[in-house]
Amino acid sequence: MKIAVLSGKGGTGKTTISTNLAKAMGWNYVDCDVEEPNGFIFLNPKVIKTEQVSIPVPEIDPSKCIGCQKCVNICQFNALAWANKDVLLFDKLCHGCGACSLVCGYGAISEVDREIGHIDVGNDEQITCMRGTLNIGEPMAVPIIRDLKKMIGNEKTIIDCSPGSTCSVVAAIEGVDYAVLVTEPTAFGLHDLKIAIELVRTMNIPFGIIINRGSHEKDLIEEHCEKEKINIIGKVMFDKDVAVLYSKGKLLVEHEKYKELFLHIGKKVEGEIACSLL
Amino acid sequence: MKIAITCVKKDKDSMIDERFGRCNYFTIYDTESKSFEHVENKGVTSAQGAGIAAGQQLLDHGVEALITGHVGPNAMKILQSGNVSIYKCSGKNIKEEIDLLLDNKLENINNAVPPHSGMRNRHGRA
Ligand code: SF4
Ligand code: SF4
Repeated sequence: MKIAVLSGKGGTGKTTISTNLAKAMGWNYVDCDVEEPNGFIFLNPKVIKTEQVSIPVPEIDPSKCIGCQKCVNICQFNALAWANKDVLLFDKLCHGCGACSLVCGYGAISEVDREIGHIDVGNDEQITCMRGTLNIGEPMAVPIIRDLKKMIGNEKTIIDCSPGSTCSVVAAIEGVDYAVLVTEPTAFGLHDLKIAIELVRTMNIPFGIIINRGSHEKDLIEEHCEKEKINIIGKVMFDKDVAVLYSKGKLLVEHEKYKELFLHIGKKVEGEIACSLL
Repeated sequence: MKIAITCVKKDKDSMIDERFGRCNYFTIYDTESKSFEHVENKGVTSAQGAGIAAGQQLLDHGVEALITGHVGPNAMKILQSGNVSIYKCSGKNIKEEIDLLLDNKLENINNAVPPHSGMRNRHGRA
């Protein structure tokens, strides 16, 4: 069982919601926001294992290359070029698809591993925490997310996604049972929320909304959700306690009142998943 | 020698496009035959690596000099590997730019600009 937590954009409180939900529900936590994974700051697990993530990139042996340029032409990503009678590799653009070595009829291309990031596995008292980290300057997040997803298996897991609706998010939410969309009650929040809703709907994933930094008044997110018959599964108020806990790098569930709230949200989500399976 | 210029339109009176990888057209001038050729930039339709696709196209055309505004690091790498000299346009029309180049009056920007070099221009502030 997997729940993905996403947000229209950064800074909405996605990590706050996902770490607290994981802790309250006792589910494992996986940080797929590989460009800026900061869930471990709050969960603070003991890291027990680190694995490198690499992709296979071509290495060209100039003594075997006859310059047919088949490899250059097959590469969909412009990672290979032909300049001054040499094949030139732009390794940051290479997706590791292997097409070039397949078409080279002269055995001039072999594949070598290039490290793009790593995965940490850690233990909290009750839950397992994982995070992927992309090396600085690396553009390809999806291979790390794929590896993370493989490691999750069938465990009950909360997946913290990257902000926005990028291909990293698509890779992270593929095959999840439920999506939690975190938003803020502002016009920008609503705008980004609509894009996120479209994404999960297109991918046929049942979902619900959590309003972060909410107030006691009815806000524009609630109005929109009412009109569109979208389920709001929780609202985290904007108050001083939240700010203080957050600034100390502490989980909200360490505070009794929020523990209640996240337990309640967790129950609701589990109920929603059960309903969606009927 | 063939000189390529990044252009907005498919026309020899076109404005110069300061972008390299994402310009619409290249005008290629042949100093021997004194003729112009206009080609569509394949980089524009590339999802990624626009500068590389554009650079490859110029090498395939046998271009030896390029007049443009900004060249990214990937494009710089392929153009340098192909021994293309890169010159900074000076905001004139195509013909004037070519004349300036042939008079050796355009700045050669083959050495990739160091990252953030644009930040040095802080209008007199330190
Ligand atoms: S396909 Fe093989 S032989 Fe042909 S250019 Fe590429 S590396 Fe060289
Ligand atoms: S492995 Fe695929 S992406 Fe990488 S250079 Fe070869 S063809 Fe291009």
